[in-house]
Amino acid sequence: MNEFAAEPLAEDALLLRFGDSIDPRVNSRVHAAAARLRAAHLAEVGEIAPSYASLLLRFDPLAWSDAGGTPHARLLAAIDPVLHGMEIDSARGPQTRVVEIPVCYGGEFGPDLSDIAKHVRLDAQEFAARHAAAEYTVAMLGFAPGFPYLIGLDPALHAPRRTSPRTRVPAGSVAIGGAQTGIYPRELPGGWQIIGRTPSVLFDPRRESPCLLAPGDRVRFRAVENAGFHALSERSGHGPPLPDSGDQG
Amino acid sequence: MIAMITAVKAGLLSTPQDRGRGGFAHLGIGPAGAFDAPAFRLANALAGNPSDACALELTLLGPTLHFHCDARIAITGAPLPAQIDGVEQPMWSPLFIRAGQMLTLGAMRTGCRAYLAVQGGFDFERVLGSRSLDVNAALGPLERPLRAGDVLRVREAADGRHGAKTNWSIDPRAWFDPEHPLRLLPGTHTRLLERESREALFSRAFEVGNDSNRVGLRLLGPRLQLAASVELVSEACVAGTVQLPPSGAPIALGVEHPVSGGYPRIGQIAAIDLPRLAQRRPGDALRFAPCTHEEAQRALHKRERQLLKMETAIAIRLKQGA
Repeated sequence: MNEFAAEPLAEDALLLRFGDSIDPRVNSRVHAAAARLRAAHLAEVGEIAPSYASLLLRFDPLAWSDAGGTPHARLLAAIDPVLHGMEIDSARGPQTRVVEIPVCYGGEFGPDLSDIAKHVRLDAQEFAARHAAAEYTVAMLGFAPGFPYLIGLDPALHAPRRTSPRTRVPAGSVAIGGAQTGIYPRELPGGWQIIGRTPSVLFDPRRESPCLLAPGDRVRFRAVENAGFHALSERSGHGPPLPDSGDQG
Repeated sequence: MIAMITAVKAGLLSTPQDRGRGGFAHLGIGPAGAFDAPAFRLANALAGNPSDACALELTLLGPTLHFHCDARIAITGAPLPAQIDGVEQPMWSPLFIRAGQMLTLGAMRTGCRAYLAVQGGFDFERVLGSRSLDVNAALGPLERPLRAGDVLRVREAADGRHGAKTNWSIDPRAWFDPEHPLRLLPGTHTRLLERESREALFSRAFEVGNDSNRVGLRLLGPRLQLAASVELVSEACVAGTVQLPPSGAPIALGVEHPVSGGYPRIGQIAAIDLPRLAQRRPGDALRFAPCTHEEAQRALHKRERQLLKMETAIAIRLKQGA
């Protein structure tokens, strides 16, 4: 059962759509499809990039063209058998890593924690404890290099974005925007509610794996004290600030 | 010997670019790369380089560069005055500059982006597979645009020869023609535009907004709206995607586009016309013409054949002249 719709986005881009909402089951099918397509090593396919409910493929349109038709149909014919029976993988759950991220909640690192805790009628400690209790999935990366959109947030912690976005959100800030939580890899402008900060470095282009997190990874937050944060930061350190970027954080 | 060039004046926005950074969209990392790709490739061809050598992309106003080495260079893209030690030089032509000479590039008369290639290519280490600067993400070997005082290294040319003075150039008309309407493929939400907006998309001219850059061009003029509002989850974007934010002024995404976006997608500029998008400057008019996927593919393949033919012809002439 290959239930997806395919849409040609551009001459060299095909979008496979598995749903139209932010739904963990749909997202896990996206990651299962991405894993299968990566393993298939399709020739001249340069990008396999998951979003919440869809998967982007970019390919060389010259290599995939045929007489008369568009290359999208040819690529789709190659994809179909690869994704056949995929439901089994996504039901089983993909073989994913669990990445632990230390966070110092509240105080100078989480300036919005007490306000949004009040907003959802929890005390700040309870809010932080519930944030750290859940296991999250990296639904996709976007907005800036290495910015993870994490799904799995406790519904009691959903909080609206700030009415006026900040021009500078510090690197490592752990934040909530609506039903999602995320981590700012560098200093960025952003409108999410900042509840804490991690000393982990999410993006370093000169590392062998530039991003700490990949699509489909599981994430757990571990609360650390202020002193622990400083000890950890000395070992990592963040990159330089970034100028104005994008519209979604 | 390592060849060096000093930037005496940086120009408005001069950045190292190659073909861009592929394969990292899943990590939130976009392609960047030369916005007007054919002009970039032809600059490399004329300088005697492989098509993916690192060149400088210049924006509206070019830099002044002091060469400390002999070099073959070439300038393509939007027309601008180019002088070597005060002597006017043609664009779209292999040029020869001697150690100690000054290359002065002025303001573009029309268009928005030009390319300067130096034989051997600018010597930057690759970051995530590319030497391109993503200005917005501050990602690349040079994490910011060129500044006065920067010293640029040039790689030793493969054949070690810089050739003699030449007196030929290629006809730029096929490669710089920004007035032409941009062919627009249907987008996911084109059909959701209300009737008047759908008509305006093709019948009215837009004006390129002042806050346009390599991330995207804001299109002012007719305000477009959907017949009914839609709730969208964020999906992949590519260069040329035309998004409709709530303001009603569309944004045509460039080579530093965000890898995903949640705005309705009202069209996709055909790849063949991305160079024309790259050459629109703030204040320029921009029109769209409808296009099908089949037409877009055919046009793209035809241009690729022309480019390869031109690159081969240039390589042969350079060899003959050397």
